[in-house]
Amino acid sequence: MAEASSVPKKVTREESPPSGPSLWGLLRSTEIDMRLLGMIGLLGLIWIGFNVMSGGLFLTPRNLFNLSVQSASTAIMATGMVLIIVSRNIDLSVGSMLGFIGYTMAMVQVEWIPKTLGLGLDQPYTWLVALVIGIGLGALIGGLQGVLVAYGRVPAFIVTLGGLLVWRALIFRYAQGQTLAPMDKNYQMLGGAPATGSMGDVASWILGAIVSAGIIYTLVNGRRRRLKYGFQPRPRWAEAIIGAFGCGAVIVAILVMNNYAWPEALAHQYAIDHNIAEPPGGLVIPVGIAYPVLIALGVMLVMTYMATRRRFGRYVFSIGGNPDAAELGGINVRRTLTLTFVLMGMLTALSAAVQTARLNSAVTNLGTQAELDVLSAAVIGGTSFSGGIGTIPGAVLGAVVMQSLRSGMLLLRADSPTQDIVVGAVLVAAVGVDTYFRNRGSR
Amino acid sequence: MSAMEGSPTAMDATPAQPFAPPRPTLVEMRDINVAFGGVHAVREVTIDLRAGEVVGLVGGNGAGKSTLMRVLSGAHPADSGGIMVDGKPATISNPRDAKTYGIETIYQTLALADNIDAPGNMFLGRELTDRTGTLDDAAMESATRKVMGRLNPNFKNFKTAVMSLSGGQRQSVAIARAVHFNARILIMDEPTAALGPAETEQVRALIRQLKSEGIGIFLISHDIHDVYDLSDRIAVMYHGRIVGIVNKDEVTTDEVLAMIIMGKPLEKVTSEEIAQLHG
Repeated sequence: MAEASSVPKKVTREESPPSGPSLWGLLRSTEIDMRLLGMIGLLGLIWIGFNVMSGGLFLTPRNLFNLSVQSASTAIMATGMVLIIVSRNIDLSVGSMLGFIGYTMAMVQVEWIPKTLGLGLDQPYTWLVALVIGIGLGALIGGLQGVLVAYGRVPAFIVTLGGLLVWRALIFRYAQGQTLAPMDKNYQMLGGAPATGSMGDVASWILGAIVSAGIIYTLVNGRRRRLKYGFQPRPRWAEAIIGAFGCGAVIVAILVMNNYAWPEALAHQYAIDHNIAEPPGGLVIPVGIAYPVLIALGVMLVMTYMATRRRFGRYVFSIGGNPDAAELGGINVRRTLTLTFVLMGMLTALSAAVQTARLNSAVTNLGTQAELDVLSAAVIGGTSFSGGIGTIPGAVLGAVVMQSLRSGMLLLRADSPTQDIVVGAVLVAAVGVDTYFRNRGSR
Repeated sequence: MSAMEGSPTAMDATPAQPFAPPRPTLVEMRDINVAFGGVHAVREVTIDLRAGEVVGLVGGNGAGKSTLMRVLSGAHPADSGGIMVDGKPATISNPRDAKTYGIETIYQTLALADNIDAPGNMFLGRELTDRTGTLDDAAMESATRKVMGRLNPNFKNFKTAVMSLSGGQRQSVAIARAVHFNARILIMDEPTAALGPAETEQVRALIRQLKSEGIGIFLISHDIHDVYDLSDRIAVMYHGRIVGIVNKDEVTTDEVLAMIIMGKPLEKVTSEEIAQLHG
């Protein structure tokens, strides 16, 4: 059977050209994820709609900055939830887990390091110790739940429903209603406050340059690989447009964030502390990209890579598509499933750090109902509960859509019941529309 | 199929010569037992397979054919009994073990992940990666195109999830997976059940070609004529037992059919009983 494969064929195989010169065919040849494009369109509509209704209050640097910070923590967890749902499971415990881990991290920096060990407040290593302990705890809790699901064969819904009760109850048992504050100075940077928790203009531009270079490298490298194997590459104009849009979006985002300045009081204090002569209108210090946003972007990249370019992700998707096929293919299904829960726990810990840092305290009801936001974000982002379908960038966009709805309605002074009604309706509508198009699309 | 018939290996398949050395035994399964709760699905089954040989496995529903083959492919452990591969004891406790012995399986259900494309399914569990452990999708697609060029030249959908492919195309993905990894022992469970006449003929030609390349094949089929045409030996199972293993050249299809229905060895099947089959 070797001879057939030993003859190298230098012929570029012609794919059947995407049906005619229609607009749809043209769009298809760009190989852009249409669902993602639709979501970006939806998000644009929501933003413009709220901006009009609020009389121009929505699309301001200040609001967009807050939106980016608020979306980040949900987005971080949503990336993990995608893999859980794709492999036909669910994690209802993330809210309670977030509270429990957040509270533990707060204990590390407020009680254990400064008081129990007597090392004092605001040590340079405190934030890192707290974070490492938190992420380790997340891996442990996630691992425990994962083992019960994968090896114990207890349904994930039940295991994590139990987790939802247990982890929350543990906070109440040990915290006894006590609020822990303030957080470590360095740790607070993780929260993305306009002055202390963001990168400033120069670092933001450097980040922008790196991201843009990354986009271009990915496009060029992808093209080279296709040509190497004799596959038809995307049309050049499509690659140019994708690259231009990607880099353009990065530049606009940074311009907007740099256009948001530190609050006056803080800028004034900064000028005094650093002996800077204040110009007439007061010192203007650009805020730039917030650290939680940087973390969320990093998580999105790593998780996308894990989901689409590593064996682990391929296994997760194959389990979602057909668990028997995965097993017969020689995949260690139980270990893979356990790992998705471990990952979920670690990402929850990261979100817990962002939230406690932003609040600059840990309260007993931290993260209550966060699981609903995270699940909604994943589902609005196109993750299917029947398993095997979902994308990480989709879930991140889903988190932004969710948060945009909430913050937009807040601007319009909608009360909390109205907010919940709208978010609930949008969730059901989004899944309904998605299911309709998916069913029409297949066969 | 023209690509296949034109390949030199197919022409090498000369009829067995009278003094040819006996072909080596690839697999021996001895005294295999499998029980599901109280149901004894496979009882004391002993069977072997030689290189370049097709052994047909026939029997009614629930006769234990698929279960027996699931033991060999590592999908289900045997309760007792032993497996020898190339004359040496083999430990097969999961599908991965079976694959390391060169045992590949085409399952009746095809065992495809519907949400993944053809290259992803072909390499499922054995993905190609580069030095960093990153999936090498282009290399996998290229290899899949090569195999498909041989098996099913009309196959063009390398980027779509296999759920949107036709039954025949899905079947070729499953077959490609078994063939690509240079199987020495191939298990085919109802490989033509979902196929139309033309595609069935393709699979038959493929079986003949693989046989001529020295691959040993266990063929499970409900279609007695399929089995009769392709097999060298036919093993008849009935209620978990093998009632007889016969050389194809020494029996008629009616006799095999009688063995399947009566659950009796060939020598106990009477001509009256065969006559009744057509009654």
